[in-house]
Amino acid sequence: MNKLKIWDFITWVCIGLVLAVLLLVIGHVVVSGIRFINLKFIVETTSNAGRSGGIRNVISATIYLTLSALLLAVPVSIAAAIYLQEYARKGRLLNILVSGIETLAGVPSIVFGLFGFNIFVTLLGWSWSLVSGAITLALMGLPILTRTIMEAIRAVPRSYRDASLALGAGQWTTIVRVVLPAAFSGIITGIILSMGRIIGETAAVFLTFGSTLNSISSIFDSGRTMPVHVYILSSESVSIDNAYATATILLVVIIALNGLAYLYQGITKKRG
Amino acid sequence: MDIKERYIRGVLLVCASLSVIAVAAITYTIIAAGWPVFTEYGVFRFLFGAKWLPDADNIQLGILTMIAGTGAVTVCALVIGGPIGILSAVYLAELASKRTSTVIQAFIDLLAGIPSVIYGFWGLVVLVPAIRNYLGSTKGYSVLAGGVVLAIMILPTVVRISADALRAVPKEYRDGSYALGADRWYTIFKVILPAAAPGIITALILGFGRAIGETMAVLMVTGNAKQFPTSLLEPITTITGNIALEIGYSWGLHRQALFACGAVLMIIILLVNFLINRIIRRAAGGIYE
Repeated sequence: MNKLKIWDFITWVCIGLVLAVLLLVIGHVVVSGIRFINLKFIVETTSNAGRSGGIRNVISATIYLTLSALLLAVPVSIAAAIYLQEYARKGRLLNILVSGIETLAGVPSIVFGLFGFNIFVTLLGWSWSLVSGAITLALMGLPILTRTIMEAIRAVPRSYRDASLALGAGQWTTIVRVVLPAAFSGIITGIILSMGRIIGETAAVFLTFGSTLNSISSIFDSGRTMPVHVYILSSESVSIDNAYATATILLVVIIALNGLAYLYQGITKKRG
Repeated sequence: MDIKERYIRGVLLVCASLSVIAVAAITYTIIAAGWPVFTEYGVFRFLFGAKWLPDADNIQLGILTMIAGTGAVTVCALVIGGPIGILSAVYLAELASKRTSTVIQAFIDLLAGIPSVIYGFWGLVVLVPAIRNYLGSTKGYSVLAGGVVLAIMILPTVVRISADALRAVPKEYRDGSYALGADRWYTIFKVILPAAAPGIITALILGFGRAIGETMAVLMVTGNAKQFPTSLLEPITTITGNIALEIGYSWGLHRQALFACGAVLMIIILLVNFLINRIIRRAAGGIYE
């Protein structure tokens, strides 16, 4: 009996540790960072290499890069998910396609960075730029986007498709008019979650989008995203205060996106 | 109409193939870019050379210290994160009520969504000073700091996949064990964990892959010293960290060597995937999916 209690206790300690770590990391960063954040920090551009001023240009570079990557990755992922879920038959081809997605999901960020650096930055001569970064990030986002969208499509009941087909609609018409609208909320949730991942990406972005602190006016401009800003400010001891502030904003955005996805999922589920 | 459907199907197939194409393109590009290092400089000298002096007249590009560095933080991460992750999964799958389990799982998923740079930053401002002040490490940047940060980062993967594997163990196994008079923990250790073993091993291998490939967080807390890890409190460099630090200003053979480092990583990751596929396939029809 006593031995049982000990293992119960050890297990509680473990799960307690996991939750404590989450609270410690988020708590420490947010509590220390919140006092450095004010309106000026968000609306002013960086000056003196990030020692003073705000991070407006960093925020806008992050938004540009994230949206460009999503713009490239989302349509492809939806198409891929439709093929895998609606058209593909069980067999060798499906196995290869699915294991391709699984493998791509496991490729480290730095390897994507090297790839993008070699092809887009050097070979195609686009240098560190929005276009190099966006294509690299779009490739990185493919697996998670495709998987979440596949799940959303899978959740659409078989009977919807049967009803549409029975009315004489073709397969494509059924997908566009029936399946996709029914899966819409799930697809949006997937996109929001993937967006969080793309925003937080550092290594690949550092190698393909660069780290210059300018405002972006064309797709061939380089820029610095929030994670890269946190990295440079803290590891090169430029300004720990501003690193805290930037990390806090980044964390709040990520948590907000996760919360949004969670809530949206909850609401649409209740509505049926 | 039929032609249109076929055309659409073709376009969709191309999109679905993009991931496979990307994996092939990435593997090819990186190996090709690093190829001269394998052929001209020599695989053996590259992998087992202890000196990395890219700027010296007599250029030395041995990555053994970095392999050891990556190995040390990865082992450290698995030793810390593995048991905690698996026991947390046991809690979620076996002990907690469904409601509690769902709420905690949501928190752990949030942990997975936090960017690696945030963990690195936290390690830099909290963990590194703590190791310096309380454990007597001279710099604080250390194998231990890297290992702890990585352990935290692989936890969500280990917990989620282990918990799924545990939940997939049929209820009859538990009933059978209890009916024979076994208590809860005997059942967990002797029946449920062995039955879920393929899934748990998959979780650990995936965690291993994450830890090996992680760059920024480790780079920020391990101190960038190209030396063998002689103690948990000494600084080291990882393969990934070195790539991120040096690729920007590298040229010639030095740059090719960094791509060769990427190729080594890519080969390890492909092996990891192959291994997981084998395990899942062997267990298919059994416990894990």
